[in-house]
Amino acid sequence: MTETAIPDAAPVRRRSAPRGALIGQVFEGLCFGAATLLLAALGGIIVSLVIGGWPALSKFGVGFLFSAAWNPVTDVYGAAGPIVGTLITAALALLLALPIAGGVAFFLTELCPARLRRPIGTAVELLAGIPSIVYGMWGLFVFAPLFARFIQLPLMSAAKPGSLLETLTTGIPNGSGILPASIILAIMILPFMAATLRELLLTVPAAVRESAYGLGATTAEVVLSVTLPYVRQGAIGAVMLGLGRALGETMAVTFIIGNSHTFPKSLFDSGSTIASTIANEFTEATSPIHTAALISLGLVLFLITFAVLGLARLLLRQQGAKL
Amino acid sequence: MNTLNPAVEEFETSIADVDRAEVKVDVKGLNFYYGKSHSLKNVTIPFARNKATALIGPSGCGKSTLLRTLNRMYALYPGQRAEGEIVLDGENILGSRVDLARLRARVGMVFQKPTPFPMSIYDNVAFGVRLYENLGKADMDARVEESLHRAALWDEVKDKLSSPGLGLSGGQQQRLCVARGVAVRPEVLLLDEPTSALDPISSAKLEETVMQLKADHTIIIVTHNLGQAARVSDYTGFMYLGELVEFGATDAVFTRPATKRTSDYITGRFG
Repeated sequence: MTETAIPDAAPVRRRSAPRGALIGQVFEGLCFGAATLLLAALGGIIVSLVIGGWPALSKFGVGFLFSAAWNPVTDVYGAAGPIVGTLITAALALLLALPIAGGVAFFLTELCPARLRRPIGTAVELLAGIPSIVYGMWGLFVFAPLFARFIQLPLMSAAKPGSLLETLTTGIPNGSGILPASIILAIMILPFMAATLRELLLTVPAAVRESAYGLGATTAEVVLSVTLPYVRQGAIGAVMLGLGRALGETMAVTFIIGNSHTFPKSLFDSGSTIASTIANEFTEATSPIHTAALISLGLVLFLITFAVLGLARLLLRQQGAKL
Repeated sequence: MNTLNPAVEEFETSIADVDRAEVKVDVKGLNFYYGKSHSLKNVTIPFARNKATALIGPSGCGKSTLLRTLNRMYALYPGQRAEGEIVLDGENILGSRVDLARLRARVGMVFQKPTPFPMSIYDNVAFGVRLYENLGKADMDARVEESLHRAALWDEVKDKLSSPGLGLSGGQQQRLCVARGVAVRPEVLLLDEPTSALDPISSAKLEETVMQLKADHTIIIVTHNLGQAARVSDYTGFMYLGELVEFGATDAVFTRPATKRTSDYITGRFG
């Protein structure tokens, strides 16, 4: 009772290698293997896309990218229609979604009463989790008729002959086409961007926000001149990820874009994206050159996404240098 | 409950010592609550015009909380509320009709850690000025230069005004925040442990800055550095557990503390 055991401080005799050495080596090996596997998969995908698409690429050459002729009957394929459709819908979607996503994020971090914060935040996350095919069906059966009736028709009748508005609004008023597809895409990427922006804004140190408020700034001034610039690096990343999703989105777009391979001439014209074209035609591609053309489309989409990510990296590096 | 009220009576005389006409900010019977926790208890303290008042006391005693009531920074957070009276030049700033942005332009604040905005040195200083004044280029240049001078930073940054504020060293960043604070010409400047994250040389420079700022500003400084309180302040308030235990001229508080708690704290026996 009275004696307390004092730990023996004599040096421990050690084995030649610590017990963790073997585990450490195995761990390193596994991590290295995992990383290598990923690289191999990436390389494998690129190589197989090139091989699979080669018949079409070699036959049509660079013209594959710039020709809008896509005709499975005569076996002539040019990807310009789907490429332009992809870029336009993704860009429009981003343009529509970004201000709203920013608004949601600012509302949730700066203005929202505390008891509404959780419900709204959760709702945003739930929206991000809805499968894209549900958005597609909703877009076709619910959104398209409403869009045709309340936006498309009024706009078309309001457009003066020969005006820019008329050029932009020609098309069949059935609620499908480039703009409706962009809007559905925007709704899809909005929650993701809003959630990411919100997380970013929450990382701004309280003292920085308080400093801005402390100089007499209003909420709008604090958000626009201090917190938003503070997170601009991450915000660029979030936007690019959203853009990446919009570029690759398949089902929702396939439902509502109209699926025509012609070059879209107006906002209401039907068009196609790379992903929607592949999804629509893969099961029906009977001739080898048709399959090859679709695989080449896949390669093009891959390269576009790659370029977007590369651009994001570049912007981030520049912004990093500015700070 | 451990009441410190007897002590309050002892220094009521020293509160009366502050010339009423010279009181810039008069805190009367202030209570503060973080949700249910009662963190300022019936605090009454005058802050004299164009003097520096130091608030000292162990961590969690309510010094920073008191500071954050003076520009109502707490109002950013739901669940925090203040009761009582804080009279700034005759107006109770705890009133519901006070324009908070305008109040905060009058009562500036510098924080414990440097908080430069993600913009150039020049824009950092000009930020607050642009909110309320419409200055031409020349006037703004002059204001920025003057403010950087007052924060003792001009010589170090005059050749790189367009480079980012976040690129400065910690001590320079903190002086940049002081420059940003004084640029809007606030009447009161709140300093919340402004040197706790700085090296000794930067601290000394900042203290010099504070000494000079007293000429035009009412300074209220929270500090854990008792030497700093003794050097820069004219009045000192010692707080403990949310109460103001002692208040008086800095000399008096440091040489002849009226309560045992104060003397224990300033001699390093606790806190």
